[in-house]
Amino acid sequence: MQSLGIDVLLKGTNMVRLLGGLWVAVRISLISVAISIVFGVVMGVIMASKNRVAEAICHVYLEIVRIMPQMVLLFIVYFGTTRVFGINISAELSAIIVFSFWGIAEMGDLVRGALQSVPVVQYESARALGMNDYVLYTQVILPQTIRRMIPLSINLITRMIKTTSLVMMIGIVEVLKVAQQIIEANRKTSPNAAFGVFLIVMLMYFIICFPISRLSMDLEKRWSQN
Amino acid sequence: MSETLLTINNLHKTFGEKVVLDDISLEVHKGEVIVVIGPSGCGKSTFLRCINALEDIQGGEVLLDGEKVRKDAKNISQMRQRIGMVFQSYDLFPHKTVLQNITLAPIKVQKRDKKDAEKEALELLKKVGLEDRGNDYPRQLSGGQKQRVAIVRALCMHPEILLLDEITAALDPEMVREVLDVVLNLAKQGSTMLIVTHEMAFARAIADRVIFLENGVIVEESANPEEFFEKPETERAAKFLKTFEFERE
Repeated sequence: MQSLGIDVLLKGTNMVRLLGGLWVAVRISLISVAISIVFGVVMGVIMASKNRVAEAICHVYLEIVRIMPQMVLLFIVYFGTTRVFGINISAELSAIIVFSFWGIAEMGDLVRGALQSVPVVQYESARALGMNDYVLYTQVILPQTIRRMIPLSINLITRMIKTTSLVMMIGIVEVLKVAQQIIEANRKTSPNAAFGVFLIVMLMYFIICFPISRLSMDLEKRWSQN
Repeated sequence: MSETLLTINNLHKTFGEKVVLDDISLEVHKGEVIVVIGPSGCGKSTFLRCINALEDIQGGEVLLDGEKVRKDAKNISQMRQRIGMVFQSYDLFPHKTVLQNITLAPIKVQKRDKKDAEKEALELLKKVGLEDRGNDYPRQLSGGQKQRVAIVRALCMHPEILLLDEITAALDPEMVREVLDVVLNLAKQGSTMLIVTHEMAFARAIADRVIFLENGVIVEESANPEEFFEKPETERAAKFLKTFEFERE
């Protein structure tokens, strides 16, 4: 069997660079996920409310996010805004904007669905027992909403992490870009590096995403036993 | 007649254009069991929901012991604690155990000691034959057991009056009995109750007073249930009661 070319990563600072690239990807997703969760909850509450106008606006927003490929959004924000509005935003900020724009919409929809799936009589029986809004939401509604939401939002988070591989298209040197650079630089000496290095990159994504989806599986299992 | 606990004066309720309850007045005395019957859509469930202000009303007033029950009033939480309510179904909290369901409001709303609340909950569960199900989750219970727990949950708040809104309507026939027996026992112990039901035999057995509601108005009221069910005074009540009888020609 031929060499897998993994040895390339042991040369110089290659492995450190690759890990640095991974951190860039993780950083972008962490920030975007955090923003998405906070504002997604707000958006979900608005969508679940009976305000027609707010609901319509959220709906249009959600549809735009669903229809537009993330790459197009990245190009619009990074290249487009500079030309049209004359503002120069960094590639990483553009990436965070696009990923949050996407995450807030989808998270909002998940929160809306979870809120609406709690039967009205749950609110009513809690009120009939004399609960105020604080006790009603913290003890009765939110625990049920979160349980319904966890599996779907974990799925969204891992999708967001994986999709960060697109940001190299606007010049961000994240893990995949670093991998490409390492492979290019060592084309002569180890032509097989493409396989080995990308294999390691795949493993890195796995190591990041697996614990997250594992957590979701565990939570689901624990709650379904209850 | 014992003292008046609940007074409803000229209650008026509309959904948009539609008048659901039109000028309803009623006095409920301590220890009295009042059964409200009538065709579906006649407003009887809405009537109960207006009493603890789950619905807002467009006119009239509800007084508990002389104190107004109003949806937007500051003391609405206190007022609702004094009015227990059990719904048709799905009212137990699915993520909490039977015991947690019962003690949640006593602990969080009435700020009672957890141990005390649990002790009382277990005693009440024993009375309805469910003392060994305290740690189960609602989905492990049958429909009849769930409703018995819901009754216990309401009782644990020590309400002065209990509103039962078609509590057996979603149950399989063989489970209706176990729930109604619990309610009958409560009546024997002197609980004040307002009951909406479709179980006519049960209504007849438990009622001190029967109210026949149709199209949002009280068509007939009788302090003699036996007589009412045998020979109602109004034609509409007679027609309604007839729908529960079967005869082979």
